[in-house]
Amino acid sequence: MLELKDICFERNNKKILDHINLVLDKNKFYVITGPNGSGKSTLVKIIMGIEKPDSGQIIFEGKDITHLSVNERAKLGFGFAFQQPVLFKGITVFDLLKIAHGKEIHEEEALNLLKKVGMTSKDYLKREINRSLSGGELKRIEIATVLARNPYVTIFDEPEAGIDLWSFQSLTEVFRNIESTSHGITLVISHQERILNLADQIILLEKGKMKQMGDHKEMMQTILKESNKVGD
Amino acid sequence: MNEVDKKLLHEIISDDVENKEVYNIRKNGQCIGRKSNPYINIVSKEDGKGIDVYVKENTLFGIVHIPVIITESGLTDVVYNDFHIGRNSNIVIISGCGVHNDHNKNSIHDGIHRFYIEENAKVKYVEKHYGEGVGTGKKILNPVTEIYMKPSSHMTIDTVQIKGVDSAKRKTYAKLEENSTLVITEKIMTHGKQKAMTDFKVKLKGKNASTHVTSRSVATEESYQEFSSNVIGKTKCYAHVECDAILKDHGRVKAIPEIYAKDVEANLIHEAAIGKIAGEQLMKLMSLGLTEKEAEEVIIQGFLK
Repeated sequence: MLELKDICFERNNKKILDHINLVLDKNKFYVITGPNGSGKSTLVKIIMGIEKPDSGQIIFEGKDITHLSVNERAKLGFGFAFQQPVLFKGITVFDLLKIAHGKEIHEEEALNLLKKVGMTSKDYLKREINRSLSGGELKRIEIATVLARNPYVTIFDEPEAGIDLWSFQSLTEVFRNIESTSHGITLVISHQERILNLADQIILLEKGKMKQMGDHKEMMQTILKESNKVGD
Repeated sequence: MNEVDKKLLHEIISDDVENKEVYNIRKNGQCIGRKSNPYINIVSKEDGKGIDVYVKENTLFGIVHIPVIITESGLTDVVYNDFHIGRNSNIVIISGCGVHNDHNKNSIHDGIHRFYIEENAKVKYVEKHYGEGVGTGKKILNPVTEIYMKPSSHMTIDTVQIKGVDSAKRKTYAKLEENSTLVITEKIMTHGKQKAMTDFKVKLKGKNASTHVTSRSVATEESYQEFSSNVIGKTKCYAHVECDAILKDHGRVKAIPEIYAKDVEANLIHEAAIGKIAGEQLMKLMSLGLTEKEAEEVIIQGFLK
């Protein structure tokens, strides 16, 4: 179980997260949604340790992990797919998958990880993680690095952002597979209905506050109503 | 050769040189081993200050090893090596200088290499510089490379300086005739109070001549690096100069780009980026379980790979 207790986060005199309380159970697929600027990305970054909360506590399996670093949380079983995949010079896809896996792996194993995100060509392994890859390819590699770790708490920050339709369709399959096989906690930030449809629980954030949380059926009406307000 | 000599050779060549087909080993200003073959001939210059390497035309798969080692503190070794590469040949030249200095006097190596590359010849030139030793005497290397490229010739240069060189002034001058190509990759890492200066001057004289220069460097602790490039395009030609540097601690890097197009068809590009390791790169690798220090090492290793 992962518990967020009274999390607050403020930057430049603006409240980004305002007293967030949340309990996430294992074997559950959660989707966080809400308008831009509602604090979604900051919330998941705080869970991963990329940002530190101004106040509040994060409890994982009964242990206070609020002050643990990113890599300490990674070692506890947290995995994080960044919204903007990070580019490197001289580091290949194979290099990154080996680092993610944590042990020496053969090309075949690395290729199997890429196949899970719809990348079947062996040539990808030798490619550098740079702009020679398309946005969709980078995104899928980013997700493959998280899958390579087989984390207990798996976090995806807007996996659909910046990818083409084909990539999105194969991505939906990836999440469907995670939803049906994961025994841990999956937390996805998304605005896409097809990903929202996979959720056991949907968390709606607005202006840094948790507006509502509930199962898919009860939440969809609220979400549709809220999304219609955008642009009013 | 003693154990220090062997270790130096291993660092710069990573192989057993004396089992190679063509080589010239220079130690403390003297030749201590040489071997030629019917296609590649190495001869001493008359004044004894270097060698001439003659590669016959149409020679394929030739590999020449020409390491230099210096173990004498206080020595200034100046050497002039000229390479005459015959038409249509395809050759690899593996060079480098290793300095071991356990004393308080400076050890200096000034290696002047001149390449005369005939039409349609291909040359790959690999150069590694390395220093070691516990003395206060500095390990100083000043390599000069002059390149004269005939039409349709091709040359690639890989230069590496990763460890132990206190001061290096690296100068490369090249003149390219039509359809010739020069690709230079330089990788430098400096520590402590080391200094490394690089100066490229490339003249693209012939139509469709091209050059691609990539410099990747890491300046750590109190070290200083300077990258200066000057590319002149006199006709329809192409040049891309790329200088990337990572700064750590109090490291400093200065990049001085200069491109001069003297023809409307000249296409010259210069890119330079200097900065510390990007926070998101560290964060990504840490999210995969690496500590900050491990993440830094992986990023630098990849950058200089």
